Amino acid sequence: MKKRAALPYIVWMLVFTIVPMIMVVYFAFTTKDGAFTLENLIQVKEYAGTFWESIKLGAVSTLLCLLLGYPMAAIMARSKAHVQRTLVLLCMMPMWMNFLLRTYAWMTILENNGLLNSLLQLIGLPKLQMINTSGAIVLGMVYNFLPFMIIPIYTVMVKLDTRLVEAAQDLGCNWLGVFRRVIFPLSVPGIISGITMVFVPAASTFIISKLLGGGTMLIGDIIELQITGGANNLNLGAAMSLVLMIIVLITMMVMNVFGDREGEVALT
Amino acid sequence: MKLLSRIYTVLIFVFLYAPIVVLIVFSFNESKSRAMFTGFTLKWYAELFRDDVILNALANTAIVAVISALLATLIGTAAAIGIHAMNNKLKNVMMTVNNIPMVNPEIVTGVSLSLLFVFGIQLFQKLGVDASLNMVTLVIAHVTFNIPYVLLSVYPKLRQMNPYSYEAALDLGCTPFQAVYKVIMPEIVPGVITGCIMAFTLSLDDFVISYFTSGPTSQTLPLVIYAMTKKRISPKINALSALLFATVLILLLIVNIRQMRDSSKNEPKKERSFAQ
Amino acid sequence: MSKKILSVVLSVVLLAVLPLSLASCGEANPNQVTLNVFNWGEYISNGEDGSLDVIAEFEKQTGIKVNYTTFETNEALYNKMKTGGVSYDVIIPSDYMIGKMIQEDMLEKLDFSNIPNYELIDDRFKSSEVAPYDPEGAYSVPYTWGRVGLIYNTKYVTEPVNSWNILWDETYKNQILMFDNSRDAFGIAQFLLGQSVNTEDTAELEQAAALLQQQSVVSPVYAMDQILEKMPSEDAYIAPYYVGDCLTMCDENEDLTFTVPQEGTNLFLDAMCIPKGTKHKKEAEQFINFMCSTEVAYANIEYIAYSSPQVEAAAQHKEYLVQEYGDEIAQAIYPEDLSNTQMFLTLSEEANQTMTDLWVKVKTAN
Repeated sequence: MKKRAALPYIVWMLVFTIVPMIMVVYFAFTTKDGAFTLENLIQVKEYAGTFWESIKLGAVSTLLCLLLGYPMAAIMARSKAHVQRTLVLLCMMPMWMNFLLRTYAWMTILENNGLLNSLLQLIGLPKLQMINTSGAIVLGMVYNFLPFMIIPIYTVMVKLDTRLVEAAQDLGCNWLGVFRRVIFPLSVPGIISGITMVFVPAASTFIISKLLGGGTMLIGDIIELQITGGANNLNLGAAMSLVLMIIVLITMMVMNVFGDREGEVALT
Repeated sequence: MKLLSRIYTVLIFVFLYAPIVVLIVFSFNESKSRAMFTGFTLKWYAELFRDDVILNALANTAIVAVISALLATLIGTAAAIGIHAMNNKLKNVMMTVNNIPMVNPEIVTGVSLSLLFVFGIQLFQKLGVDASLNMVTLVIAHVTFNIPYVLLSVYPKLRQMNPYSYEAALDLGCTPFQAVYKVIMPEIVPGVITGCIMAFTLSLDDFVISYFTSGPTSQTLPLVIYAMTKKRISPKINALSALLFATVLILLLIVNIRQMRDSSKNEPKKERSFAQ
Repeated sequence: MSKKILSVVLSVVLLAVLPLSLASCGEANPNQVTLNVFNWGEYISNGEDGSLDVIAEFEKQTGIKVNYTTFETNEALYNKMKTGGVSYDVIIPSDYMIGKMIQEDMLEKLDFSNIPNYELIDDRFKSSEVAPYDPEGAYSVPYTWGRVGLIYNTKYVTEPVNSWNILWDETYKNQILMFDNSRDAFGIAQFLLGQSVNTEDTAELEQAAALLQQQSVVSPVYAMDQILEKMPSEDAYIAPYYVGDCLTMCDENEDLTFTVPQEGTNLFLDAMCIPKGTKHKKEAEQFINFMCSTEVAYANIEYIAYSSPQVEAAAQHKEYLVQEYGDEIAQAIYPEDLSNTQMFLTLSEEANQTMTDLWVKVKTAN
């Protein structure tokens, strides 16, 4: 049976994901001495503002990634076969350079006396404050996670049956109609994958906001501070992660339900 | 339309590569500054090959990335095929579990894995086996965070497939293994490849999880780079990135040129178009 | 078809790895001792620009192989050691972390008969007055030290600067950088308030946090190593940072100058220790001894640009500073009088948590 192919996966996930996860839950509900407590979770409430900020910036970045990445994926899917492969690799290659280095390079570009502002001055325009704004954080996130949006959408689009498009055209659809009624609904699974791959790491990212936002702390930074930073409070860090995870899981489940329905409508 | 999409492609790649151009330019910078260019030099390239810490880390990084990407691709692809055959309820459970490593902040994945490993190491030591955080724990950790990405890039391909072709193959006398290999595989190969490259890429650049799961003999490049932020990241790292970038680019170019020649010799490849 | 992509990827990797792995695992001798040394990144002379390659030299002289790895924060070092399974032979933590490790019985007592060069370490740093983290001086050998100073750009800041309170001066709104870590940031506020930097009193910590909160009038940018770029490129006008690094920055932009504020400042010290569980204590001590020899200590301090606790290396370094920058700068790097400084000590877990919570509040509010 085909199902058995998933066996190694199930075992692996059980040992290296579920068991460690149970450990996180255990830490979230205990004190340092191992006694049961709800104190950690109550304390998380104080960081509600940061949670909201992270989710907001993550959502904005995800939306921007979708808007920028969707056309790119479509263009890639229509190119010649060997061009496609090159474009896929070119999309991934920036990530082969260390992400800290790339983020520092963005600082060089965006700083008050950075490359972009020097360019503006050269053509007689006033300087802009770009670094240390939430715009810079969003830029950093979009930059880092854009490939994770492009690739899944492309993967789906390239498999799209061109005959469906032709059929729609033959039946009198204009290009907008073709897009709205055929291409877009069929690419929904890719979009869902893309959103998952971008939103989650973007919302829980750390360091990007610190470097580009002038020390702004998002939830990832605060968790890092609890666990590896001065505080050294694994229990509170675990509680925060648990809350973050539950929020994201709910979002994802809602989206999956929505995505399934969308996909079915498109096929029937 | 064609011109417009060309321009768009160029703009996206300018965005993706602008910082990389910056960091390559600064690999030729005389001083260690990453903001002010003070003069041209090639010395960082020479120094790079004398720096054992960086070279060792590079070797470790590449080994871990290759092994973990291949393992994750194997397990992830098999999983996608298996999960696709499950009923909806089970499917949902699986996909939710799959989201856990992605939903979790990396740091939590890192910590939770290190808790597990430490527990395991103590167990081993009680049994008299010498164990410590090393390359193996690092690879296990990388495979763990890579699998979900492979699964997510293969799974949509399966959903697009005609669900009956597998059964048709069985009816026509294929063994289940043959059916997977001959019918399903060709359909999902692009997803498998992108999943593999994605896994490789994620693994190359991972810092947080590696930080918790590596030992003294398995330090990777991102760990070395982070450690430099006590002072300044050495331009040697920029030089290394520039070399890596150039190598990949040249290889890409060679493959491309060869393919162009091949395709001009053979029949023209089919071109996809779903808009004018 | 797409096999080609994979082959491209794999061949790149092989190309990159093969020569390196061959180079790095060439010599393997079963009898050879390998020392695991764990140090800060970019914190040892490594042969750049014709300097001494300290690790290579040690390997050549002793035949002991060194497996040199690096960490980024004291906490990273601590976590790595705590999670177990990993054994290091020589580590170089800072003052308060050494204190914590001694408390938790994580360090070996040193056998100073194996470290004859310990004699060359300045007695000041052996006294429990200056170095209270290791009161008996039994566990650690100082490697570098320094103070926190205030660096500013004289093109934009023309008034005389001698107090931390310029970091609260609205004239320089948007042009001020602040330490992006709780301990250093609280330290500055605590010097202004005349508190001890090691206070565990919640009311005092809250007072310091309130002061840090008031910095919002200047909209400070929180940064650490980025200060090293932002000051020379004039992206900001004023910042606190370690004095040795301030001097490096001044080299890059002649409008920069630095001072050590009158309210007092933090004295930091990084020292070499041997963790419990080492299998090569003797060789580790040999390594520490090597690091304390004058030639090596001087090469290291030249590379790191902080202050050396090794008297001969310090004398050489000071002489160089006098020649290159004049008396005043040399005095700032090697002050005679350390009475106006405080060293960070280990705080209790409760105080640590209080400080972290307050810090998060300060940062999310500013």
